[in-house]
Order: sequence, then structure tokens, then C-alpha cells
Amino acid sequence: MAFTLTINGETRSVEVEGDTPLLWVLRDTLGLVGTKFGCGAAQCGACTVHIDGAPVRACITPVRRVGDKKVVTIEGVGKDPVGAKVQDAWKTIDVPQCGYCQAGQIMSATALLTANPKPDDAAIDEAMNGNLCRCATYIRIKAAIKAASGQGA
Amino acid sequence: MDGEMLRDPTRRLFLQTGAALGGGLMMSFSLSSVGHAAGEGTLNAYVRIAPDGGVTIVSKVPEVGQGIKTSLPMLIAEELDVEWSAVTVEQAIADTKVFGRQVAGGSMATTLEYDGLRRVGATGRALLIAAAAARWGVPAETCATEPGFVVHGPSKRRLAYGELAQAASALTPPDPKSLTLKDPKAFRIIGQPHRSGDLDAIVTGQPVYGIDVRVPGMLYATFAKAPTFGARVASVDLAPAKAVAGVKSAFVVEGGTALTGLLPGVAVVADSWWAARKGRNALEIQWADHPTKAQSSAGFAARAAELSKAAPHRTLRSDGDVDAAFKGAAKVVSAAYDYPFIAHANLEPQNCTASFKDGKVEIWAPTQNPEPGRKLVAAALGVAETDITIHLVRVGGGFGRRLMNDYMVEAAMISKLAGAPVKLVWTREDDTQHDFYRPGGWHNFTAGLDAKGDLVGWRDHFVTFGEGEQFATAAGMNATQFPCRAVDNYRLDVSVMPLGAPTGFLRAPANNAFGFVIQCFTDELAVASGQDPVAFRRKLLGEPRLLGDPGQGDSFHTGRMRGVLDLVAEKSGWGRKTSKGTGLGVACHYSHLGYVAVVMEVSVSKGALKIHKVWAAADVGSQIVNPSGAEQQVQGSILDAIGATLHQAITFENGAAVQSSFADHPLLRMTEAPPVEVHFKLSDNRPTGLGEPAYPPAPAALCNAIFAATGKRIRSLPIGDQLA
Repeated sequence: MAFTLTINGETRSVEVEGDTPLLWVLRDTLGLVGTKFGCGAAQCGACTVHIDGAPVRACITPVRRVGDKKVVTIEGVGKDPVGAKVQDAWKTIDVPQCGYCQAGQIMSATALLTANPKPDDAAIDEAMNGNLCRCATYIRIKAAIKAASGQGA
Repeated sequence: MDGEMLRDPTRRLFLQTGAALGGGLMMSFSLSSVGHAAGEGTLNAYVRIAPDGGVTIVSKVPEVGQGIKTSLPMLIAEELDVEWSAVTVEQAIADTKVFGRQVAGGSMATTLEYDGLRRVGATGRALLIAAAAARWGVPAETCATEPGFVVHGPSKRRLAYGELAQAASALTPPDPKSLTLKDPKAFRIIGQPHRSGDLDAIVTGQPVYGIDVRVPGMLYATFAKAPTFGARVASVDLAPAKAVAGVKSAFVVEGGTALTGLLPGVAVVADSWWAARKGRNALEIQWADHPTKAQSSAGFAARAAELSKAAPHRTLRSDGDVDAAFKGAAKVVSAAYDYPFIAHANLEPQNCTASFKDGKVEIWAPTQNPEPGRKLVAAALGVAETDITIHLVRVGGGFGRRLMNDYMVEAAMISKLAGAPVKLVWTREDDTQHDFYRPGGWHNFTAGLDAKGDLVGWRDHFVTFGEGEQFATAAGMNATQFPCRAVDNYRLDVSVMPLGAPTGFLRAPANNAFGFVIQCFTDELAVASGQDPVAFRRKLLGEPRLLGDPGQGDSFHTGRMRGVLDLVAEKSGWGRKTSKGTGLGVACHYSHLGYVAVVMEVSVSKGALKIHKVWAAADVGSQIVNPSGAEQQVQGSILDAIGATLHQAITFENGAAVQSSFADHPLLRMTEAPPVEVHFKLSDNRPTGLGEPAYPPAPAALCNAIFAATGKRIRSLPIGDQLA
């Protein structure tokens, strides 16, 4: 089936089965491989993207349900001032180890700071607890979120 | 025992040190095959300098999150004398003829490369000086360098490296061993925090991982293997898979019987991974019976209980007379410990991209250890090793899983049979159920304490997996774990049972379990003798001295351990009063040439555990190469260990792993991650690796803290609901 998607501000047409998760449309059909596959069951958060600004697990989101909503991925989130600030903080704090989960972490953090510009520890925990980091960079993730929100590291 | 010792990474890699440093191997002048810009001067296999002064440094070891792609090039850049901002790091291709050992394992890269790669940089610098001296007609001895420039002091002339590199590349390099390296006091790059060159790409989602590889004409593959490890395909209906839109082909891969090689299974190849997965789900596969189908964790536990009570199969070491020591002891303490199998659970599922064409194979592999993969592929596909090209791509978490190359040989074979380049990606379920697991084990301890509370005898009857004198991979034990050689009467006995599941090296292999059992039982002895746990350990360590022979990987310096124990006690405020339900626990362990002590502060309230804070002190020699990466490795190791200790166990039924995802084999989450304060104690020893040694003391520090808080002794992992 043909679907017309709005991804990172661009209109993209794809011809895929309607049950194909958005994750695989992004990765295999459109070549946007920044969004990562970790589990396929919304357990790890590696595939987090924004749909109309809300953090969503792309691995369980069938493409047919996306409709005309605006999708933002890690490749496009830097065009958003909050996203750019989060990416900068990730670099300043030197968050990643292997780095594989960090696209999803950055998408979740950007959604958090957009909705809540000065989150406290509890708000950070709540927003980020669905994003696993196998290297356990959680200490620096938290520091980077605080830095991006102007609350010091 | 010999077989196991040879497989022990610390030991094995130690033996290679001499060859790596002595053979002149580092300075191979084969040209790297990738990425040459016009006019570049190639100084050696690791260093190219462009006319504009841009420096490309090749990193030889796979990057798996340990930060080696930053820290090894830092060693070269320091002695080459360039600005780090001018450096671009390029990942080496797998080629041992040029690069020697290219393994991300055993925490050995820093240990093995610290001297050699500095000499690579120093050799490049010497060539640039020689080129400048020739151009100026002055003796090389009168020239020096400033970052990126050769300078001639007497005439105040200077030439940029970029202007010299081509001329320098034509000169004969000096013997690396003849060069004088920088005094560490003069380091400008080593010892300063540096970020990964991949950082921009990571935070903007650019393709850097194995799973991101795309090559022209590439198809996508899934591969279904038997839940019972190694079972063959009895029958399969491929038609439903082939009927799925996008599926190009589906076929049986015969495979062999070795669990470390290409196993039997069914491949589905499609024009997208989702189609390949749907096709795979549509398969109706009947798996043949397999001799290991009767295996179960319940069966292992029952057999372990029998073996624990029976006379041991053999004694690995016996010093003095433990039985006499126990008879004469004022107090004898016994306790039994066990720990489960666990999986590596890399966040990037196992994957590999391979292209077989005209008898040659090109591979893009997220591997920690490419060369054994090359051998597997050569044998399985019947191609020459020299006809296999392996590109190393950034790895989404190693932890030892990708020392194995099963995914590599699968991808290569599927590409050959499909007649197209393929990217094989495992599902999360495949990844959890076809790991090379950290093996479970059982330890039956007895110790004797004299009237002063001193340890007079220590015995461990270790029940593990293996057959005869052969341990299953990563299931053996080196006989010299502390307090061996510090106590007069010591015995290590072992008994084994057979295992038909794949096991392998997981971060701080074997030590990740020994740290738990030995340091928890040590804590029990402190309590039984009425002594403070830190004071008891200090007494046990005694005077600073080396236990074992100098230069051996299993030699243990009591003074270095005492140093980190004292440091962590000081930083954590050990001995302070804590409120009811709160406690401090300590543990210290030596592995991978590193000495690490850890203290944790925890509270338990109504069965709910909270880890308030962790302090760690590590002695990995005289120099921390990259303080940012070093802190991360210590924090990551400890939090990794906490996650495993709290939650993780792989169990077996019907010869297959029961768990299949993060839901039933959970990773640590942010809410469970305490702050970890990291301290390094610099010592007059060569710098060694940090990817692993902070893991082993952490589980024991946690369980000892739980005891301090609650009086409950955790002797079986995971902790799970034991505090409820």
C-alpha cells in the first residue's frame, strides 16, 4: 500500500504493507537508520521517535496508524531548538559509551524538556525509565538533561 | 586445568605481550586501503598527514563502547606531537598482518598497546623531524617539535607537518625501540578527558553501527534456529514464508554440530527486514530430537546438590592442610553460594552484513574478535581466508558476546545461498535465546578462624560445568583467587557436570561470579569473628607484598589492594553511623590486572531496596589515559553488575533457554541506578585496562550492604524477590 508520511518536515511517499512498523519504514525503506531496533516490543525505547511531539516507540507503531501526523526522528530533532540543546548537552557531558541507545534517549529527553523545561529528578526518572541503556550511562544522561535544562550538571 | 588457563583471557593475552612489543610488528608499512586524500603523506599503517595538517590516525581495535577508538589514537597523537583537534580517527580493517592483535577483549588493549602505540607516534615524529632536517640541511638532533610543527631552535625556522609528510613518508623509519618517549609529566593529550570522534554521528543518528550498514543490492535476512541448542531441522514447510509479500527466498541451512560454529536453521531473505521476520514467523519448522533436550535448570540444581555433598572430582590446589586447620580452629564457618546463567543482552541485536560473490566474501561485522570469524567463514563456505575482507563497524555493546562470530558465519552462508548481499539481523528473542551465556555455578565454602579471629583455613568445593578435566567455556576457575597464598591452609576442589548449552565470556569472565562468592563469604567471616569488614580485609591482606610470581597474570599485590580499600573506605566515610535499615557494604577484587574496591550504601524498607550511593576506587597503574572514558567504564561496570545481581537469570527447560526478552531478563533502569563516585589510585605500575575489573566487586558490595542494612545474607543470585 502507498502511504504519505511527514518526516522531519519533509513529505515522503512509501509503498509498504500497512502493518509494517514505522521503525522498519524509517530504517529499511527510507534509509533513516538513526532510529534503532532493540527489542521490537516497546521494552527498551531505542526506537523512540516523536509523533506530533509525543515520544512514541516506532517498533510497535504500524505505519498505517501514522496518517498525516508529523514524525520527527533523531536525524531531524536537531532542527528543533530543544532537540539541538539536548544534543549539545549529550556531547558536552560525553554521555555515550557504545551509544546505541542514545538516539532513543535523546528523543525521550527532548520530549520531556519540551513539555517540562525544568524537570526535577522524579520527572526525569519518569520520562526516561522506559529507555534502557545496556552500558548504563544513566548518571550522565541525567546530568545532560539537567545541563540542557539550565539546571547545571 | 591447562586447557582452561589457556582460555582465560588474562593469561592468554599476557603471553602475547612479549610478541606484540618485541616483534616490531607495530611498524608495518603496508598502506591502509581506505580513505586516502590527495597529497597525503603516509608515515606508517596508523598515521597519514594531509598537506593542510589534518592528521588521520587509524584505530586498530574494535570499538564496542569501551572508548578504545579514542584512547588508542590518543597514545599515537601524544608522541606524534599533534593537536588533538587536527586528528580524525579511522577504524582499521581487520588485518592482523598489519595491525597485530585486533581484539576487544580481556581489558587488554591498554595493557598491550600503551608502549607500542606511543612508539608508533614517536616514529612518525622522528620521520617528520628527519624530513625537516634534510630540507634545512641541519642535524636532526638540533630540531624539535611543537604540536603540528618541526622547529629548528638555532635558526628559529619552522615547518608544518603537512608540508613535510610526503617527504617523511619516503624515509626509512628508525627502530621504534631506539626512540625516547615523552616524560609523562609532559603529556598534553594522555591524561586529559577526550570525547569520541563518533560523538556527533551518534547524537544525530548517522549510520555508524553494524546494523546500519547498507550495501548495493542488499537484501535482509532472519535466521530461525532450534530452541534446543544445536537441533537439526527435521522438516519445514517453506511455502507460507515464501508467500509473504517481499520475501525473496527461504531455505534450510544445514549447519554443523559445534555450538560455536554455524548451527542448523532456516533462513528467510526478503526486501525488508520486516518482511523477512513475517516470513520467518510463518514457517512451520519441526526440529529433530537432540540429546540435550532433557537438560533443565532444575536438573542442574539437583545434580549440583548431589555433587556438593559428594567427594570432589579433583583438587585444583592444596596448600597446607585445611582439615587439620579446621580441627584446630576456634570457629568454623560454612556457607553455600550459587549464581545463575546470564545473557549478554547487547542492545544492538546480533547482526552482520555479508556479500559473497565469485568465491570472495566481504563482511561488515560488529565483532569484538574478527579473526576467529574469518576462520569460521572460510571453513563453512570453502573459501580462502585471504579471500575474506572484514570491515570493523562500531558495536552497539560488546560485553564479550561478540568475541563469538556465529552471526558472521550465518550472514556469509545466507549471502552465498541467497546469491545476494544480505544483512542478517536477529530478533531480540533470538538474541536472548542464543547467547553464549555466563555459566552458573555453585560454591561450597568452609573456613576456620582462630581465637584472634584470623583466617587459618579456606576451602571451596566449586561445582561447575565440564567433562573430565575440561571445563565448559568460562566455567573454570583459576586456583589462585585471593585469599589463596595469603592463608597457610587453602584448598580448591571442583566437581563438574556436562552441559549442552553455549557458554562464553561475559564482562570480567568468571571473576564476575568469583567476586560475588568470595567477597560475600569473606564478609561472613568478618562478621563471625566480630570484626569490621574493612578491618578484617586489611588484616587478611597483611603487609604489602606480591603473592605469586612477578609477571604472571594471576599474581596479586596485597599493597595495591590495600591502597584501593583504604581509599574507598576514606571516600565513603566507612565506619560512620547509619540509620536503622541502612547499611554500608564493601568488597574488593583483582581481575584483568586491575585492583578495585567498592562500597555501597543501601536501605531496605518494607522489602524495597534502594541503593543510595556507590564509591569505587581503582588501581590500574600509573596513568589514566582518558579520564572521561575511564570514569564511564568504572560506572558502567558497576551498574551493569548491579543490574545482573538484582534481576538476571537465564534458566533452561527442554534444553532451551526459557527467557526471551528484556521483560524476563531485565536490564537496569534509570530509577535503579545510583550515583557512582569514582576514584583512581595511581601506582608505579604499567597502565592496564578498565573495561572489566570494576564489575567483580560490585555484586558482593551490594549484597554485603544488604546484610549490613537488614541482617539478611544473600547467597543466591539474582536477588529478585528475596528481600520481600
